[in-house]
Amino acid sequence: MTRTRHDRTFDRSVNAFLIAVLLITLIPLIYVLAVSITPLGRTPSLLPTAASLAAYAELLKQPALIRALGNSVFLTLSGVLISMILTVCTAYPLSRPDLPGRKFLTGVILFTFLFNAGLIPLYLVIRDLHLLNTYWALLLHGAVSVYNLLVMKNFFQNLPESLEEAAKIDGATDLQVLWHIVLPLSKPILLTIGLFYAVTQWNSFFEPVLYLSDARMMPLPVVLRDILTGLNSAEYVESAATTTAPPDALKMAAVVLTTIPMLLVYPWIQRYFTSGTLSGGVKG
Amino acid sequence: MTDVLRSSPTAAQRGPRQRLLARLWRHRGLYLMLLPGLLWFALFRYWPLWNAQIAFKDFQPVQGVLHSPWVGLSNFTQFFQSYYFTQLMTNTLVISFAKLLIGLPPAIILALAIHESSRKGLARVTQTVTYLPHFLSWVIVFGILLAMLSPGSGLVNKALVAAGGDPVSFLTDPGAFRAVVIFSDIWKETGWSAILFLAALIGISPSLYEAAEVDGATRWQRIRHISLPGMLDVIVLVTLLRLGHILDAGFYQIYVLYSLPVYSVADVIDTWVYRQGIQNFQFSLATAVGLFKGLIGLLMIVVANRVARRFAGQGLY
Repeated sequence: MTRTRHDRTFDRSVNAFLIAVLLITLIPLIYVLAVSITPLGRTPSLLPTAASLAAYAELLKQPALIRALGNSVFLTLSGVLISMILTVCTAYPLSRPDLPGRKFLTGVILFTFLFNAGLIPLYLVIRDLHLLNTYWALLLHGAVSVYNLLVMKNFFQNLPESLEEAAKIDGATDLQVLWHIVLPLSKPILLTIGLFYAVTQWNSFFEPVLYLSDARMMPLPVVLRDILTGLNSAEYVESAATTTAPPDALKMAAVVLTTIPMLLVYPWIQRYFTSGTLSGGVKG
Repeated sequence: MTDVLRSSPTAAQRGPRQRLLARLWRHRGLYLMLLPGLLWFALFRYWPLWNAQIAFKDFQPVQGVLHSPWVGLSNFTQFFQSYYFTQLMTNTLVISFAKLLIGLPPAIILALAIHESSRKGLARVTQTVTYLPHFLSWVIVFGILLAMLSPGSGLVNKALVAAGGDPVSFLTDPGAFRAVVIFSDIWKETGWSAILFLAALIGISPSLYEAAEVDGATRWQRIRHISLPGMLDVIVLVTLLRLGHILDAGFYQIYVLYSLPVYSVADVIDTWVYRQGIQNFQFSLATAVGLFKGLIGLLMIVVANRVARRFAGQGLY
């Protein structure tokens, strides 16, 4: 294969473009990190000449923030558990081609994807179930995503059927087949969908404001938003005024702290989700 | 007639029915498994549909959904005739269409560049890094935007000042706010939307590229005549899917980014529903607006699906 000069120019421009995209994506993130470690009295720059962890120390001294972190971890873990149980238990039966009524039930579910009543009618349900100001509101209101459900159903459908049939002949119940045969074969899709649910729950900031009224129950994103808008930030910068951290550094330190858990989980699940989502099918 | 009604079912009639019962019984384990999920859909998706009737009522919390008085379409007409109707529709449609028209090309170009790159390592790193912002919440992106755009120490404003301009207060300036909404959306979602286009590119048979190379096609010609046509189905599909959500405009993003000074250019249907419904207790009016939006969305999706089946060969559902 000969490479012409045209090809080399083309290659160089493509790679330069990719590097530009990388920089555009990364510079804002790096700058946030830089601002968060900029010592008091210095103007932040992309590559700081001096570093101080005072803002982080200040934040970690705040019991309200630690409590919010705990709330978020609890909500994310229990939310993923509930969502995964509901999604798997709905997707698996609907993936069995011989289940009577499967088309109808899928239609009933699909319809909610195409049309929903909106914010207020759901709020009234949460209120009438007496779930307002309980974590159940956050764990249940969006527990099942129809998109995730359909991706998982498609994945189950594509598994070789012979394995399940063999287990059925040996006398296994449906639950045993699901637990011992289907789920172990579905690791990529389980991790992918689990990550999607975890991210949604970890990132949720509107629903807590909507459904909760107790400030001590709020998860991290709500507290982060209050710090960023300066709403309750007095609580977090009380001692900062007299000691070390400038408010900008404090705000960005809060951003970094909220992002870190995501960055820790992301790399080792990331490799699954391309294969996971794509094998689940574009069709959704 | 009466004979037929009175007579007991014949063996032939009993057969399929008993077979069905037997099939249902055989699958009892699966139905039991379905129960919690179906209960969830009944409670959190179908009960709200029942509650949506308050769009046609004057909802009184004491009387409840069922016993509040009917008022016909007056909630709808009140919305259509109000001064904010035009403003809300304009904001919603302008922001939505701008996101679609300005946001789609970068995702397509990024997918092409990753596919064409001679440095596979660089391509993979770019792919992984550009996915990441999709997983950051809008609150975090709001923090990032504050760092980049604040009039004092924001990186963008520093660059503006260095270039001899005046700093802009992007997040509170009605002239700049929509641009912030659109470009932050592009920054956050381009890598993620590129996945689908990339999948389409990977699906194109390599023999097409080889044949083109033998025929002496340049790299640009290969993109124009092989890659782009190969992605066309997915491009059409993604566009139609987004048209189905054209009235959404990105509620979470706008809810966290907007503030009083920019309401005139930023307030979209969903943010208005939240403020009127929850904060001002206008449950019926806000439900009517939400229902209007839902119906338009449903209509768009049904039409989009028809068009997709016709032109792209496959539908969204």
